[in-house]
Amino acid sequence: MFPPAFDYRRAGSVAEALDLLAALDDARPLAGGHSLLPALKTGGADERVGAVVDLSGIERLDGVSVDGGETVVGALTTYADLASSATLRERARVLADAAGEVGDRQIRNRGTVGGNLAAADPGADLPAAALAADATLRLEGPDGGRSVAATEFFEPDGGTAVADGELLTEVRLPGASGAGGAYAKKTHPASGYAMVGVAAAVKASEGVVTAARVAVNGVTDPPTRLPGVEEALVGDPTGADAAERAAAEATADRDGATLVGDVHASGAFRAEVLPAVAERALTTAVGRARADGDGDAGDEDDADDAGAGGGR
Amino acid sequence: MSLTDAPDEQREADEAAGETDDEGGKLVGQGIDRREDAALLTGRATFTDDADAPRVAHLAFVRSEEAHADVEAVDTAAAEALDGVLAAYTWADVEASDAPGVLPISAEALDCDPPGHPVLARERVRYHGQPVAAVVAEDRYTARDGVEAVEVSYDPRPAVVDPVEARGADAPTLFEGAPDNVAVTTDLGDEAATDAAFAAADRTVEVKLENNRLIASALEPRAALAEYDAGSDELTVTMTSQSPHGHRRKLSETLGLPERSIRVVAPSVGGGFGHKGHHHPGEAAAAWAARRLGRPVKWTATRSGNYLAGAHGRDHRTTAKIAVDDDGTIRGLRADTDAGVGGYGLGGGASLPGWYGSLLSSEYAVDAVHCRTRSVFTTTAPVHSYRGAGRPEAIYVTERLVDAAAREVGMDPAELRRRNLIDPDAFPYETPTGATYDSGDYEPALDVALEAVDYEAVKAAPDRDDDGRYRGVGLACMVESTGSGFETGLVRAHPDGTVTVYAGTHSHGQGHGTTYAQIVADELGVPYDDIEVAEGDTERVPTGTGTFGSRSTVVGGNAVAESAADVREKATRIAAHRLDADPADVTLADGTFSAPDGSAVGFADVAAAAHGGDRPAGMPPGLEATTAYESEATAYSFGTHAVEVRVDADTGEVDVETYVAVDDCGERVNPTILDGQVHGGVAQGVGQARSEHAVYGDDGELLTGSMDRYALPRAASVPHVETRATVTPSPHNDLGVKGIGEAGTIAAPPAVVNAVLDALEPLGVDSVDMPLTDERVWRAIHGEPGR
Repeated sequence: MFPPAFDYRRAGSVAEALDLLAALDDARPLAGGHSLLPALKTGGADERVGAVVDLSGIERLDGVSVDGGETVVGALTTYADLASSATLRERARVLADAAGEVGDRQIRNRGTVGGNLAAADPGADLPAAALAADATLRLEGPDGGRSVAATEFFEPDGGTAVADGELLTEVRLPGASGAGGAYAKKTHPASGYAMVGVAAAVKASEGVVTAARVAVNGVTDPPTRLPGVEEALVGDPTGADAAERAAAEATADRDGATLVGDVHASGAFRAEVLPAVAERALTTAVGRARADGDGDAGDEDDADDAGAGGGR
Repeated sequence: MSLTDAPDEQREADEAAGETDDEGGKLVGQGIDRREDAALLTGRATFTDDADAPRVAHLAFVRSEEAHADVEAVDTAAAEALDGVLAAYTWADVEASDAPGVLPISAEALDCDPPGHPVLARERVRYHGQPVAAVVAEDRYTARDGVEAVEVSYDPRPAVVDPVEARGADAPTLFEGAPDNVAVTTDLGDEAATDAAFAAADRTVEVKLENNRLIASALEPRAALAEYDAGSDELTVTMTSQSPHGHRRKLSETLGLPERSIRVVAPSVGGGFGHKGHHHPGEAAAAWAARRLGRPVKWTATRSGNYLAGAHGRDHRTTAKIAVDDDGTIRGLRADTDAGVGGYGLGGGASLPGWYGSLLSSEYAVDAVHCRTRSVFTTTAPVHSYRGAGRPEAIYVTERLVDAAAREVGMDPAELRRRNLIDPDAFPYETPTGATYDSGDYEPALDVALEAVDYEAVKAAPDRDDDGRYRGVGLACMVESTGSGFETGLVRAHPDGTVTVYAGTHSHGQGHGTTYAQIVADELGVPYDDIEVAEGDTERVPTGTGTFGSRSTVVGGNAVAESAADVREKATRIAAHRLDADPADVTLADGTFSAPDGSAVGFADVAAAAHGGDRPAGMPPGLEATTAYESEATAYSFGTHAVEVRVDADTGEVDVETYVAVDDCGERVNPTILDGQVHGGVAQGVGQARSEHAVYGDDGELLTGSMDRYALPRAASVPHVETRATVTPSPHNDLGVKGIGEAGTIAAPPAVVNAVLDALEPLGVDSVDMPLTDERVWRAIHGEPGR
C-alpha cells in the first residue's frame, strides 16, 4: 500500500498537461485516480510511474454541453454529474444510466468519464455506453488533436487508441442516441465492476424501432457491439416481446474479442447469461424509445438521424 | 422458557424500562445503547496502528511467491544498502539469536510431530505468502522499498491445495512425519452402533458437500507496536488481540522470554473473528526485532498480507449420510471429512477440525452418530478457528442431511425436524458424540421461525413468482456450544465510590464495556455511569483467557458478577457498621445503603471508609474482589433461522426476500447488542453461503488475495434480518446466560442453501456447493456453460 516516490504536478490547461506529460519521465495523467492510484499503491502499474500530472484543475474539461447537434461531455465530468445531467438524460440516456451504475456514491463523486474510458477495464461500465451512444472520443496530443470513434477506440487487454503523450479531452455524442437508452448491469460480487453490462440506445417511431445500437462490457475484452441484436431490433414493432426476441441474438462470439472470466464467473457463463441481461436493457430502452418517439414530435428529426446512424 | 415474539413491542418496552433506570429498575435485560460507540464512530478510539513511539521503526515482510519450495538463498544486501533501511533479517538471524523463533504447535493432539511455524522461512516455504525475510526501516515506504530489493531464489516443489488430493499417493509431502499429509484422524461417536443403525433404518441418503474456505476480513488488519526497555528488560507489545494473556504466553514461547517480562496491550480492536486470537509471525517478528534493534518496531499488515497469511477458516470436504425411517425418525448420522489445515499447524489449529463432529446431532434425538475427520496439511495458508469454529461446519452437514432426508421420505422438512427434536424434559441431554446439553426447548423457536417466515403460505404458493423466479424457503435449526474455559473478573471500588471492572476477555466489537457495566450495576447497586470496564492490558488485568467462542458473557459476565456480589457483601458490612445495624437488614439501592430505622449512608462514603476509614474491627482495608470463574459445564444456545428466496433460473441470481433469526441464548443481558451480534453473524453467514471463497490455483497461488477478488457481502447484498428470541436460561451459571456471538455464522449458510435447493427442486436440482455464486446456481440448473 506504499507507492514508490513519484513527482506530482498539477496542470492548469490541456496545453500545460501535454507539455508536462512530454517533459517528465514516465509521466501519467491523473483524473479521478481510481485506476492509477491503486495500481501505484499495490505495485500493479504496468510500467514505472515517475510523475503524476493532475488534471483536476483544468476547468474546461468538466461538464455536459450542446454544440450544434452534438452533445459534448468533458473528460473530467464525474459519474455523478453524468448521471444527474438533464441534458445527457434527454440526449443520451444510455450514458447517464451507465454512469449511475458505477461503483458507489463516493466513487461516482470522484471518478470521471475520461478516466473510465481511457483506463478501459473490460468490466468498466462506460465503454458499452460509449459504443451504444455512438460516441466519438477527442484526443489531444503534442502534434494536435484527432477524433476516434468509440468502435475504433477499445483494444484488447485494456488497451485504447490513446497514444503516448495524448490526452482524452472530450466525448462527443451525436444527437441521435436520444432518450431511448438504458444500461443493465449484473454486478461482480467482489469488484463491483460489470460481470455483464449491456448498454442499449434505441429510437422508435410510430411503434417501430428505427435505430438501435447495443453493446456489452464485462463479457468480452475489448467491449463490443452486439450487431445481431441491433439487426433483430430495427424494424421491429415495439411490442412487449421485441426485447426478448432481440436479446436472444446476443452473443459474445466476436472476432478479435476474448471472453473475460475469473473465479466468480467464467467467460462461458457470462456469455450464457448475456441474453438475459440484454433483455433487461432492451426492455427498458425500447419502452423509453416508444414513449419518446410517440410522445414528442420534436424528436422525430432526431429519430430520422438515428435511423441513418443505426444503418452505418 | 418464555417467549418474546413481538420484537418491536419488546424493544419499546426495553426503552421504556431504560427511562426508569433512576427508579431502581434492573439494567440487565435492557437494550441500552453501547457506550463504546461514540468514540468509535467519531474516530476518537485508538487502534494499534494509531499508537506511536519515539524513534519507531517499521517492519515489512518479504513474502513467498511460491506455494511450496526450498529456499535456496535470500540476498538482503541490496535492501540493507538502501538509505533508511535499518536491517533485513532472515531465518539465519533468528536462529543465531536466543529466541526459538517458532510459533508453537499443539503437537500432542496430532498423529505426527511436525515443527511449528517459523517466524521467517527456515529452508522451505509451504504456502504462498509465508514470510521469508523482514525489512526494518525508518519509515513504511522505505521498508517496502527494502522488501522489493530483497532477492530470494527458490527451488520449487509441487503444490497441493485440496485436502482430498493432498492425501493421494501422488501428492507432495509437507512434513516427513506425515507422509500422507494427515496431521491427525479424529473419530467421534460409535462407528459400530452407527453401522447397525444404518442397517436397520428404512432408508439412507448421502450428501457430498464442501464447506468453503474463508478469510477473516476484519476491517482493521493485524498490527503490532513492540517496545523494549533494556533497563528493565521489559517488552511491551501493543497489538490487535482478542486474547492479550493468550498472546503474552505465545509470545513468551516464541521469543524465549518469561511471561513476567512481557506486557501485551490491546487497544480498540476493529474486528477479529478468530484470527486475532491466533499467534502469527507478524507480531512475534516485530517483538523480536524491537529487542534486536533496541528501537520500537511497528508492523501493520497490508490487506493483501492479511489475506495471504492470516489464518483462514473452514475448508472441509465431507461425505455425509443420514439413516431415516419412513415415518421421518432419524436413526443415525455419519460423516467422513477431509479438512485442510494449511501449510503449518498454528497452535491447536491442526487438530481443531476433528471436534466439529461433536455437534453433528444438533437439536435432534439421534442415538447413533459417527464422524471421522482427517486434518490434512496442504500448501496453503494455515487454517484455524474462524467465527463459529466447527459449529458452522457441523450444522451445515446436519441441516443439509435433514433436508435430504425429508425429500427422500416425502415429508415436509419442518415436520421432519419437529419429529426429531430433543424433548424439553430430556435435559441435561448427552449426545452420542459426548456433548452434554445443559438446557433447551427447541420446538417453540422452530414455531416462531415458521410463523415469522409465513412458512405454510410460502410452501403452498406456486413454484414460480409472478416474474418467473423460483420461490424457496429453507430452515436451519442449530445448537451452539458456548462459554468454555475460565475467565477473570476484578471489581474494584475506588475511594470515591466509582468502580472499575477488569476482565480477562477483550471486546473487539462485542460491547463488553456496556454489558459488564449493566451486570455490575445490578449486582453492586451503584449507578451504571459510575462503572468503567477495563480490558486489553496484561498489566491492568490480573490474568485471563480472552474473547472467542461465544464465551465472554458466559464466563466473563459471571466472573464480574461474582466479584460484584463479593464487593457488595463487604460494602454492606461496612455500611451496617456505620449505621449500627445488622448487615442482613441493610439494603442498597441507587448507591445508598439504608437501615430499617431510616438512617442511610452512601456507597461513596462506604468506599472511603473501606480505604482506611471507619470499618468493622479486623476487616482488612480495600473494596475489591477478584473471581476466576469457570463454568461448571458448557452452555448450549440454540435457535432456528428461516429464509425465503427467489432464484432467477436464467441468470442464477439468488435474492433473499425474508430472513428470520430466532435465537435462544438464555437470559438476555442487552437485547440491542444481541440483535447486533445476530445481524453481524448472519451477514458473515450469508457471505459464506453466497460469495466468500478463498480460492487457490493448482500451483498454490491465492487467487482471491484482495477485496476486489474475495467477495465479501456488501450492504446491498445483506438481507434485512428479523430477529426474534426465546429464553431458556442455562442452569449452570447464576446469570442464566449462554453465548450468541457465532449463531448467525452457524445458521445462515444451511438456511440459505436449503432455501435455494427448495426453490430448485422443481428443476431436479438436489445439490449445490457454497458459495452459491450465480454461476454455480446456473450450472446446477443448466449444466456446463457453452454447450
